Amino acid sequence: MAFKRDKKEEEDGGGNPFENIEKTSVLQEARAFNDTSVNPRKCTHILTKVLYLLNQGEILGTTEATEVFFAMTKLFQSKDVVLRRMVYLGIRELSSIAEDVIIVTSSLTKDMTGNEALYRAAAIRALCSITDVTMLQAIERYMKQAIVDKNPAVSSAALVSSLHLAKTAGELVKRWVNEAQEAFSSDNVMVQYHALGLMYHIRKTDRLAVIKLVSRLTKQGLKSPFAVCLLIRIACRLLEDDDSAPGTDSTLLSFIESCLRHKTELVIYEAAHAMVNLRRTTARELAPAVSVLQLFCSTSKPPLRFAAVRTLNQVAMSHPSAVTACNLDLENLITDSNRSIATLAITTLLKTGAESSVDRLMKQIASFVSEISDEFKIVVVQAIRALCTKFPRKHSVLMNFLSAMLRDEGGLDYKASIADTIITIIESNPEAKETGLAHLCEFIEDCEHTSLAVRILHLLGREGPKTKQPSRYIRFIYNRVILENAAVRGAAVAAMAQFGAQCPDLLENVQVLLARCQMDSDDEVRDRATYYYTILALSKRNLYNSYITESLQVSIPALEKSLHQYTLNASDTPFDMKSVPLAAVEPLVLENAPQKGAPEGTLLSTPAAPQRLGVSKEESALELLSNIPEFAPLLPQLGPIFRTSEPVELTESETEYVVRCIKHCFARHLLLQFDCLNTLSDQLLENVRVSLEPAEGYRILRELPIPKLPYNETCSAFCLLEFPEELTASTGTFGATLAYMVKDCDPATGLPDSDDGYDDTYMVEDVEVNLADQVQRVWKGNWAAAWEEAANLCELEDTYALTSMRSLQEASTNIVQFLGLQPADRSERVQEGKSSHTLYLAGVFRGGHDVLVRAKLALADGVTMQLTVRASNPDVAELVTSAVG
Amino acid sequence: MEGSLLEPTLYVVKGMAILDNDGHRVLAKYYDKNIFPTAKEQKAFEKNLFNKTHRASAEIIMLDGLTCVYRSNVDLFFYVMGSSHENELILMTALNCLFDSVSAILRKNVEKRALFENLDIVMLAMDEICDGGIIMEADFNAVVQRVALRTDDIPLGEQTVAQVLQSAKEQLKWSLLK
Repeated sequence: MAFKRDKKEEEDGGGNPFENIEKTSVLQEARAFNDTSVNPRKCTHILTKVLYLLNQGEILGTTEATEVFFAMTKLFQSKDVVLRRMVYLGIRELSSIAEDVIIVTSSLTKDMTGNEALYRAAAIRALCSITDVTMLQAIERYMKQAIVDKNPAVSSAALVSSLHLAKTAGELVKRWVNEAQEAFSSDNVMVQYHALGLMYHIRKTDRLAVIKLVSRLTKQGLKSPFAVCLLIRIACRLLEDDDSAPGTDSTLLSFIESCLRHKTELVIYEAAHAMVNLRRTTARELAPAVSVLQLFCSTSKPPLRFAAVRTLNQVAMSHPSAVTACNLDLENLITDSNRSIATLAITTLLKTGAESSVDRLMKQIASFVSEISDEFKIVVVQAIRALCTKFPRKHSVLMNFLSAMLRDEGGLDYKASIADTIITIIESNPEAKETGLAHLCEFIEDCEHTSLAVRILHLLGREGPKTKQPSRYIRFIYNRVILENAAVRGAAVAAMAQFGAQCPDLLENVQVLLARCQMDSDDEVRDRATYYYTILALSKRNLYNSYITESLQVSIPALEKSLHQYTLNASDTPFDMKSVPLAAVEPLVLENAPQKGAPEGTLLSTPAAPQRLGVSKEESALELLSNIPEFAPLLPQLGPIFRTSEPVELTESETEYVVRCIKHCFARHLLLQFDCLNTLSDQLLENVRVSLEPAEGYRILRELPIPKLPYNETCSAFCLLEFPEELTASTGTFGATLAYMVKDCDPATGLPDSDDGYDDTYMVEDVEVNLADQVQRVWKGNWAAAWEEAANLCELEDTYALTSMRSLQEASTNIVQFLGLQPADRSERVQEGKSSHTLYLAGVFRGGHDVLVRAKLALADGVTMQLTVRASNPDVAELVTSAVG
Repeated sequence: MEGSLLEPTLYVVKGMAILDNDGHRVLAKYYDKNIFPTAKEQKAFEKNLFNKTHRASAEIIMLDGLTCVYRSNVDLFFYVMGSSHENELILMTALNCLFDSVSAILRKNVEKRALFENLDIVMLAMDEICDGGIIMEADFNAVVQRVALRTDDIPLGEQTVAQVLQSAKEQLKWSLLK
């Protein structure tokens, strides 16, 4: 045999003759290629070694590669088929590393047009890997011939190489569409598939051409199953693009449906998968796809079962009822030897099944959860999370299961998703709180992920003091101080302080523990311990509130910036916290919103969306304004931006001019930013401004028009107003009109036809300034304490009948939105079936006035609300009460 | 469910690999520059893949966002990888073609030693099955025909009695060992 001489090596390498080869010695051997008479067997063996090394990840330098490449070109004189084929392969492997590879162009061109069919296909592929756009033109003729060649191998090779080339030489390849079309009618299935791929690639930007292609092919019927799959995918792409004509839609859909009855499983599955994933599919259209998948569930081929269950799992997310018919088949799969299939079957059943089957399924899944990969474990966890919201009564079973999973081996993502689920359960289901916290306590006893431990400790600090028996958590937390790294110790100290501040009977014990922590080896831990110890020692409740239970309410990046500024200009006046803009609390996320991002259970391992940088709307607005020369000098007078509201559309989005208004609120001023967009290509607008009729008490200080607004550009006009002295007059409506000078212009160049223009106006909707624009949300960790503390402030109370509200939840959501305040203690969520509810809100009014609002809601023929406002400024309180009315 | 509709493209296969019974790479090719760009990442993935698959004969697994279908024989493991949304049956077709081609090249003697003896031909076969992620050929007969078997591998009719006996013995041995 060929490698007998490697007998010795074989013994060393345990059956692998290539085990001990080295790059340098192989490169040395490669010089044999230059011998006058080529020994095919020897050269093939050496070349195999070179390719094997490359395949093992060995990296050749440019000179080394070039040397081997040139030596290899000598082998073209050999007639040995295998050697020649290996040379082609070698050329392709080295083409990206070696230099001057185009040297072999002529040899390859000769082989590509020669008689030996075995060389021709390989030569085409090798040639296309070394050629560039300029060289390509020279061989274009041969490529066209090769595409329509009778030999399927040659034709396929040419088509596939063209597709590779289309990345760099798209324009040139486009000219080969007729040849591709001709190749498409070939009898060989692979040629047909490759030709369709190339045709679609060439035409894919031309929607009409694609529609024509697809409608012709759907009637014709294709031989290659692969080509049918590709056609289904193209049809789906057309269906997903919105603006298709209704007629084509139905033909495309019926084509996909007809593929459900194709003779190969490959195509049937592709069609079913497509039906399930089309956004527009209705439950009725889904039925045939689901029944096909149901059949696949009982095949003997694991990949087919896997594919079927995975797709059913997707269906279960959008149309759970459609899958119930398959429940029996899925039940059979939960004991499948392929754990992935079993997991998917169970999670699908969990989504569709009844409450009664939960216990049984959980037991089943517990039996093998340790054997499956992390990705699947996360799928299971997500399914459990969904279950918890669906069947709150089952929380104890699910919670036990989750805690068992927490104790298992697993990566950070997996553990974090479990912890997240437990936290969600705790938040949504008060009954589950104590058990959930207990499980988390146990978990941090043995948690190797610092970030997770810190999060859980923070949660314990927040929720623990409010439970019936806060003392039991202290032990867990203090254990962390003894056993963990500095970051965790710091978090544990902070958590303990929370207990000290909120549970008077534990204060003494906490103080003892904190005193011990002052001896810690880490600076941060020691600092925290000293800080909390000192505050707790003063035993003043209002200090606890503002320095322990409440977190910092300013935005951290802004604080950093302000402090930096402060240290640059050394002054004797102490740093004023009030000058730092407040952090905006993220708007409420409704319960069903989180699923929007990554679809659960689809097993995408795309990384999580990048975290939003810590820059708030206010800061980005400030940066924008300070770049405008007219405003930069004004900014110091105005102070920091207190709040920037969400943009409001003042026009419909389809009109000639689109205007959006963003309100920037300062302590005593209001800056309106109007983003204007000109959608008329034959007009140039100049001196664009929004003329306002301000409400009573407002004064316009300054206006800044847009000098020029060309077609399809968005520019901003500004208007600075001063708030009225009287706070109660600060809510109001401003009439607004867009005023500008029109110049007709040439749509192509955008240059005006003449210098003359005419003035015109355009009505836009009114700008409303309401309470929400003037307050900033503030998150209170301990609302009740803050409320008590505010007892000596000004208090106003009023009762309202909100007749238009149908439910307490609706009322609560509306009030939160209207007042623009932050709900505390998750009071924005109304428990179902209750007839009364209390909403706790907190915020800061511009100028730094604290506002606390308690709204008692009762359901009785509409919603009745008793609103109590405590504010540091009586006018603010009055404004809040009057705003609701 | 957005994004799970498949892009109409011929680029279907993300990678193919043949590993030995210690999880070491015999041959492997990755076709998407965005996944596992370096040899180190590739080998780490292969190790992980092997650990997850060498005991269970489950034929399919999801790993690192890839759908991997696999088959094994004696001391060799064959894998084909595709995107997590890819039609599993297409990948399966490619895998079967790879396995059957290798099996035909090695005359049903699918084991590591035989594969290394015919490494050059197996390299050519892998190349004929998939080019840069596009499935070139899914019929193993066509693949075997195109890779030009060695001339000294005499067709059955022309083999000497001793040769036939030898190959029969080998086949019997492996079918018993399986």
